[in-house]
Amino acid sequence: MNKIKTIFKGKFLFIFGPFFLLWLLRYIIPNYTISSKTPHWAYIPPKSCLGGCGSIDGFIPFVDWTNALIQFLRKYEIFGFFTFRDFTRGIANYVDKFLDFTEAVLHKGFPSYEIGPLPWIFIITLTVILGFYLRGWRLALLGGTCFAYLILFSKRGIWELSMKSLAAISVSAPLAALIGLCLGILAVKRKRFANFLWPMLNILQSLPHFSYLILVVIFVGIGTKAGVIATVIFAFPPMARLTILGLQNISQEIKEAGVMAGCSKWQMLFKVEIPAARSPIMLGINQVIMQCLAMIVIAAFIGQPGLGHDLLIRLQGLRLGEAFEIGVAVVLIAITLDRYSQALALKEPERREGNFVKRNPYLCATFFAIIICSILVFLFPFFNEYPKELTVSASVYLDNAIKSFTRSLFVPLGIFRDWMLIYFLMPLKAVFQSMPWTGVILFVGAIGWKLGKMRLALTVMLFVFFIASSGYWVRAMITLYMVFASLVICALIGIPLGIWASKKESRTKLVLNICDIFQTFPSFIYLLPAIMLFQISDVSAIFAIVIYSSIPMIRYTVFGLRNVPQQIIEASITSGCTERQLLWKVKMPLAFPEIILGANQTLMFALFMVMIAGFIGTVDLSQEIFRALSFSDGGKGLIIGLCVAFIGLTADRLLVEWSNQMKKKLGFIN
Amino acid sequence: MDDQIKISCSNIWKLYGENPEKFLKENNNNPSTEQLKSNKYIPAVRDASIDVKTGEILVIMGLSGSGKSTLLRCMSKLIQPTDGQVFFEGKDLLKASDKELIEIRRHKMGMVFQHFALLPHRTVLQNVAFPLEVQGIEPIKRENRAKEVIKLVGLEGREKYYPRELSGGQQQRVGLARSLAVEPDVWFLDEPFSALDPLIRKEMQNEFLRLQNMLKKTIVFITHDFDEAIRLADRIAIMYEGLIVQVGTPEELITKPATDYVAEFTKDIPRSKLLNAESVMNNEDKKLYDNTVNFKEKIEKIASKVLKSEGSYSVIDENKKVIGSLSKKEIIKALFAEDKNE
Repeated sequence: MNKIKTIFKGKFLFIFGPFFLLWLLRYIIPNYTISSKTPHWAYIPPKSCLGGCGSIDGFIPFVDWTNALIQFLRKYEIFGFFTFRDFTRGIANYVDKFLDFTEAVLHKGFPSYEIGPLPWIFIITLTVILGFYLRGWRLALLGGTCFAYLILFSKRGIWELSMKSLAAISVSAPLAALIGLCLGILAVKRKRFANFLWPMLNILQSLPHFSYLILVVIFVGIGTKAGVIATVIFAFPPMARLTILGLQNISQEIKEAGVMAGCSKWQMLFKVEIPAARSPIMLGINQVIMQCLAMIVIAAFIGQPGLGHDLLIRLQGLRLGEAFEIGVAVVLIAITLDRYSQALALKEPERREGNFVKRNPYLCATFFAIIICSILVFLFPFFNEYPKELTVSASVYLDNAIKSFTRSLFVPLGIFRDWMLIYFLMPLKAVFQSMPWTGVILFVGAIGWKLGKMRLALTVMLFVFFIASSGYWVRAMITLYMVFASLVICALIGIPLGIWASKKESRTKLVLNICDIFQTFPSFIYLLPAIMLFQISDVSAIFAIVIYSSIPMIRYTVFGLRNVPQQIIEASITSGCTERQLLWKVKMPLAFPEIILGANQTLMFALFMVMIAGFIGTVDLSQEIFRALSFSDGGKGLIIGLCVAFIGLTADRLLVEWSNQMKKKLGFIN
Repeated sequence: MDDQIKISCSNIWKLYGENPEKFLKENNNNPSTEQLKSNKYIPAVRDASIDVKTGEILVIMGLSGSGKSTLLRCMSKLIQPTDGQVFFEGKDLLKASDKELIEIRRHKMGMVFQHFALLPHRTVLQNVAFPLEVQGIEPIKRENRAKEVIKLVGLEGREKYYPRELSGGQQQRVGLARSLAVEPDVWFLDEPFSALDPLIRKEMQNEFLRLQNMLKKTIVFITHDFDEAIRLADRIAIMYEGLIVQVGTPEELITKPATDYVAEFTKDIPRSKLLNAESVMNNEDKKLYDNTVNFKEKIEKIASKVLKSEGSYSVIDENKKVIGSLSKKEIIKALFAEDKNE
């Protein structure tokens, strides 16, 4: 008796209270009402709205409202003479002008002046020189290798496809960077605008891509320019964020030095603040470029030609060898652009003295390279257009290799897949589907309340209520189950790997480098091995999610463990801790808040990847979004998008608050 | 207004909290420590009044959090005080428009910062020329001027270097040069040498005194190091929890501390550096001994020779007249004066 009392008084109830509540509600609320075969209203949200309209799922017609708004923007001339859609299309036409130019330079040429596109030899040479300038021969080698691969393997047109993609990126990246920079500056200078911008950025970044692709189709159309605009919308938030962070973190003294020198407002901004924050701003540009690359496949859904488009077609046709070849091209471009822009961000101005050539060696090298390349192109057609006969393709061999590989592993992989499905995934799915929506609302509310924030509790409850009332509850729970299953596997892989990696400097370096490389891969790439190994099933979706989203789990675990203060470790060793005691009694408890943050990031990554995995046929929210995309149903797309965003935001709010409270308790932050 | 006075601050308040202006008014512009505490206001500067005289080195000194940097920033209006007045050359700084302020800062003020605050993307030359650049002075002219000042602080040949390529001491020389480029009337120095190693600090203090001997600026110098204060100051203002506790010459602070806090502060100060022969000599004994010392001579300089010799020293004034004597006894008493108080 006493024992039970202490259990309920102590930490037990505190930790497991909400779970207990959820479990209780699951048994109290009947699965079906007795009179009919419809589920009880408190179990699964009822399918009738407040006004009694029967056309929609859920009980609040958010989708209809959104569609009405979209119709209004399409049809009604709010600007007097033209509609909002005319306005957006007008902007798109301007974007098209820039696109015409970059496309002409990179792959179309200027037929009216009888000038061809930039010959390949120029692109390779200039990339190499830029690599040397930014960091040194290694970077130059990487850049050279990347473009050499593109030209060598262009039997199926990889070079042209790459140039198309690069043409789109070279419009979308600067545009997104510029918009992000301006918004960031505005947010720092005007407090009120910042209050508006932050939540917008949060939602924009947690909305799945496909949900606003539909809006882009409605308001802009399809094709390259639509792809560019979708890319810009997707890519500007990190730039805005990093600009805000950069400008806010300038040391007070530097700003005061600017004021005391008598700077006017604009002089402050352009001569002091932006240069002083240039590293974070440049990192923002790096982020923008990576986001743009991640979008090249997704933008293909609304008809942007390029590498992404062909990758998609090959994936759909299960022509994995060819898909692999294109995938390598995408990855190479991604790594190259990532490393180049990182090098740019970290580049410090260098002191060079002497004559003009000594002071500007790279400028001179570029100049001479251009002259030499021009002569070569003029004399030998080889350098102008790489001959088709000399290109190669490994796709046939790759196809065979993949086939024999999967054939030999067919039985064990099949057994593994079925075992996973029957003993892990199916039961887990059943658990998630049996949760009453009212119970889940109370559950998140209880956690929020226990973290000591009434406001937090109300916010997360509202998020969950939105999902339930909008009519996508069942699908949302399937999404949640996939995310949760992946999270569990990620933790099982990521935490031990993180512990292993944190033990030695060399291992840490190795693992973090691998993480870096994996993180640069555009997400669609991960579907390739998943399909190869597990065909089309929940297992392959979860496999793809797990590879993609283990990265933050590993990273944060390593970070948390390695950042335990050296003094504390030394104190524990001198107290006589064994290696194991040191890990479990000292390091892990101190690293735990970071690991929670890692889990949070993993969850966000997983949520993002679930949406992409919808492409290989899962039955959760992502399938609904793909459906909405093919019917151009903007309202539905947006509302489902918001459902996904709210799943993410609910978890994010709770986990980050939890981690912060633990850090406070440990005295890491005030 | 007295034209001897360059900057005049009266009744400056700087509070942090919800609505400091209103709170200050409600409490007749003079809330007590308890009132501040119970209303959760953090006082950075409390009722500070001080004048800076033309051509003097005024050192504001206090521990961290005593409000010295805030007071300095109120003088240059980098921070808007909650209440009080600041007159710069007779002009009300707090009522000046943004444009006027920019003009004043461009031509009359220079400031040196604790962590140098150099712009990392600019070379030494470009950093020093920066205040001239924002005034719109043409490149050749400003670079020539910048080169002059760089030479003045002894950094010739480093014009093309970037700040990260310089040592801390060198970086602060650039900071000094930048603040001097516009030939300001008033020179604000906010703990300029605190971030430097002790040896370099000493070197920079000498450099500072050398520059001041040449330039004769009006200087407000912030430090938490009392040694530094007495080395450099004409007058010292001691701050404690936002209040100016005492203003006076170094000797005054040591011989007549206004509060226990000041006394506690000055207790550990090597008196030998401050006191002169006159202030410690034996007034009764006016015999002429073989050895003499000048009455203005600091104890620091003469202590060892007096202690080494057997007999006494006569103290003579500017007319070579004997006004007293010094023996081992007086020297020891002066050096360990704090024992007296106990």
